[in-house]
Amino acid sequence: MSAQAPVAPAPAEGAAPARTFEPVIIGFTCNWCSYRAADLAGTARTKYPPNVRLIRLMCSGRLDPTFVLKAFSEGADAVLVSGCHPGECHYLEQNYKALRRFKLLQRTIEALGIEPGRLQLVWASAAEGVRLANEIARVTEEVRALGPLNWPVGNVVDIDGVNLEAAWEATGGDAGGPPETSDCVDPEPTPEAAR
Amino acid sequence: MTERIGVYVCHCGSNIAGVVDVAELARWAAETLRDRGVVIARDYKFMCSSPGQELVTDDIKNLGLNRIVVAACSPHLHENTFRTATARGGLNPYLCELVSIREQDSWVHTDKAAATAKAKAILAGGVERVRRSEPMQPIKVDINPATLVVGGGIAGISATLEIADAGFKVYLVEKDPSIGGHMAQFDKTFPTLDCAACILTPKMVAAGTHPNVELLTWSEVEKVEGYVGNFTVTVRKKARYVDEDLCNGCGVCQEKCPWKVLDEVFEAGMGRRKVIYTPFDQAVPRIPVIDRPNCPYFKKGTCRACEKFCDANAIDFTQEDQILTLEVGNIIIATGYDLFDARRIPQYGYGRLPNVFTSLEFERLCSAAGPTNGNIVLRDGKTAPKTVGIVHCVGSRDKNYNGYCSAICCMQSLKFAHLVKERTDAEVTNFYIDMRTPGKGYEEFYERVLEEGGHFVRGKVAEITDAARLPGEEGKLIIQVEDTLAGKQRRIPMDMVILSAGLEPRAGAKELATQFGLSCSFDGWAIEKHPKLDPVATMTEGVFIAGCVSGPKDIPASVAQGAAAAARVLGRIQQKQMSLEPIKATVHAEHCSGCRICNTMCPYNAISFLEADGVSFINAAMCQGCGTCVAACPAGAISGTGFSDEQVLAQIEGLLRVGADGERPRRSAFPVARGEAIEEAVLA
Repeated sequence: MSAQAPVAPAPAEGAAPARTFEPVIIGFTCNWCSYRAADLAGTARTKYPPNVRLIRLMCSGRLDPTFVLKAFSEGADAVLVSGCHPGECHYLEQNYKALRRFKLLQRTIEALGIEPGRLQLVWASAAEGVRLANEIARVTEEVRALGPLNWPVGNVVDIDGVNLEAAWEATGGDAGGPPETSDCVDPEPTPEAAR
Repeated sequence: MTERIGVYVCHCGSNIAGVVDVAELARWAAETLRDRGVVIARDYKFMCSSPGQELVTDDIKNLGLNRIVVAACSPHLHENTFRTATARGGLNPYLCELVSIREQDSWVHTDKAAATAKAKAILAGGVERVRRSEPMQPIKVDINPATLVVGGGIAGISATLEIADAGFKVYLVEKDPSIGGHMAQFDKTFPTLDCAACILTPKMVAAGTHPNVELLTWSEVEKVEGYVGNFTVTVRKKARYVDEDLCNGCGVCQEKCPWKVLDEVFEAGMGRRKVIYTPFDQAVPRIPVIDRPNCPYFKKGTCRACEKFCDANAIDFTQEDQILTLEVGNIIIATGYDLFDARRIPQYGYGRLPNVFTSLEFERLCSAAGPTNGNIVLRDGKTAPKTVGIVHCVGSRDKNYNGYCSAICCMQSLKFAHLVKERTDAEVTNFYIDMRTPGKGYEEFYERVLEEGGHFVRGKVAEITDAARLPGEEGKLIIQVEDTLAGKQRRIPMDMVILSAGLEPRAGAKELATQFGLSCSFDGWAIEKHPKLDPVATMTEGVFIAGCVSGPKDIPASVAQGAAAAARVLGRIQQKQMSLEPIKATVHAEHCSGCRICNTMCPYNAISFLEADGVSFINAAMCQGCGTCVAACPAGAISGTGFSDEQVLAQIEGLLRVGADGERPRRSAFPVARGEAIEEAVLA
């Protein structure tokens, strides 16, 4: 696990670190189905890789595309979106809205240079602890094969020569906002596209 | 306000401490998260114990904490415990965050180092999230003391009587013309061999005549609106074509009606009934229904025999469906089950081979009030069988149909075996996979049937056929089975075969679930709030379940669940008021551009557009808190309490403070955030 990718541009596909690379995956779950599936996996002691970290939302429909981009930006190698099966949403039909957002978001991240496989959707009912665990294992394996997320990191400077990382740290690292000079990137590229 | 956060790590005995290094986790939180406002981090053996909770309350008082994070089990288990402890310390309960390092970590991972690193990440996520939490007040709602019970089987009747006896109004809605459910179709009940009708009809009559019960038979729920304490339910009362106020239940119309049709429902296709009918003699109410599709008056405009002979002038061919609106505070769903359709297993020959019966058909055959007056005879209506085979697990415990055990079929089959022995001189053979007799007196009943000389063959029946191959098989049904105890294939000729069909969710189970906001398992059974500790509550406040709607059950369990659901409802009614989670969406009018995108997002129609102000508005009472509109608003003008953008974004940051190896993951140079700072940046 010491073979975490170096600071320099990420290694090419199939390079040595891919073998021991341990991705970090952020999983969004809904309060009624997939979070309870995770609870059930726990109660039944169903094992899955420790790479995924779950966030509870009330519904998969609550998933703001910003959350996904935020996770990638903060260093997640992949994002897992999960909710009730189509037709079983606790809020009647909001998971269909999540599905539409997911489809658009997958295209958006591709345009941003992120492999679509890093954003995955898994339906899991409250009774499907084993299914959720298996899907987490599958996604982890797939992301392991993809390697670390190859987004620019570290000493990236913008056109004005400002070190973005340093400028970001200077803001306190809170969700307070980007450095003022970051005109090289649209800070919020998706909500409109993902509606 | 400066955050002063207390962090509490639970060992849960060895449940958490056995995998996660809890001492290290607390030490790490105190040290690394100090700059994030953590002033104290403790680990304790059982945080949910009284001394554990006191740690929280005392620290709030002594250390001036204003945020609490407990790293323990799932919030679905103990969120309330720690919120209450937080409130006892004098802090708003919603400033307490419970993060799950048991269900999501120690119980599902084995690598201790990785699990501890994950626990750190989860804890940091909780700390960041709670920093952005805001004090909230639970919403108080009044509880309407009236209750709706859906389904008039034994579970629904049991619930109805408990509530009505306590002095509160109950509306009992039943889709059939009479209450009674499946139990009314049975002849005897296992293991006591009580006559089903004898023990059920007093209950039915009690429900039918109770001053607090409004019986709505031949009715179906069309729409459910509102929330706990304040449901508005639309019920369609189907036209009976008989005036309920005038009809005295004399039964002359049924006698005089010249038309008979096959009774597919109550008699399970074994008998015939009149076109104007009550399903059975003891029906409650005694008011008949005209079967419109089969009535010659509705088809051709002739007959009207029933009208002619009715002294009470109760027949009303012009009657129409009535739509009733009921205001209730709580709902109990007891809609029961459907019998597995044995036609789905073609090799068992049901529907093709006349002397293959389903369990429900056999119940009617046994019933003294049934089509054969209780004589056990073959389909020809006169020949008594000499040999009877009973096939267990039809459609249950079978990968091709339903994987689960239907719970009642073993005992039901034993009951059939006993009844055949008692009433005929036939030899009875049970074909079973495993005998399951868990219940008071059940094993003893099994012993009794064994002593009576019932035969038992252990093995799953492969085929039931009328194709004779060997002498003695002609004209018989041959059961082909692998006898797993003898270790050989057998062909056993039978005169009659009974398929002990399993139980399935109602055909409309999914629609029912959507209507009432229930969750369903993959099979279609309603899911309990907790399978052990809260088996009659559901995820939706104010909606309870009883009986087979949540899975196969025998009569004692259904009755117990009906009473349990009633007890839960009575508790609510007595409280008169209850608190709701304040998870709601709100539109900030000053940021709303009036684009109306959110208006169509809400499945509860809680969002309306205020034409005068040009902004959208969310009705808090109707909002269920899913948050879809919050995510959809392009202006960020809708905020969701309890799950705000700020909380979730902060939690993401916290979760990614620690990598899989304990180091911080590489953060992208492209910061993504949302809030006023971005708007300013964009505008600038």
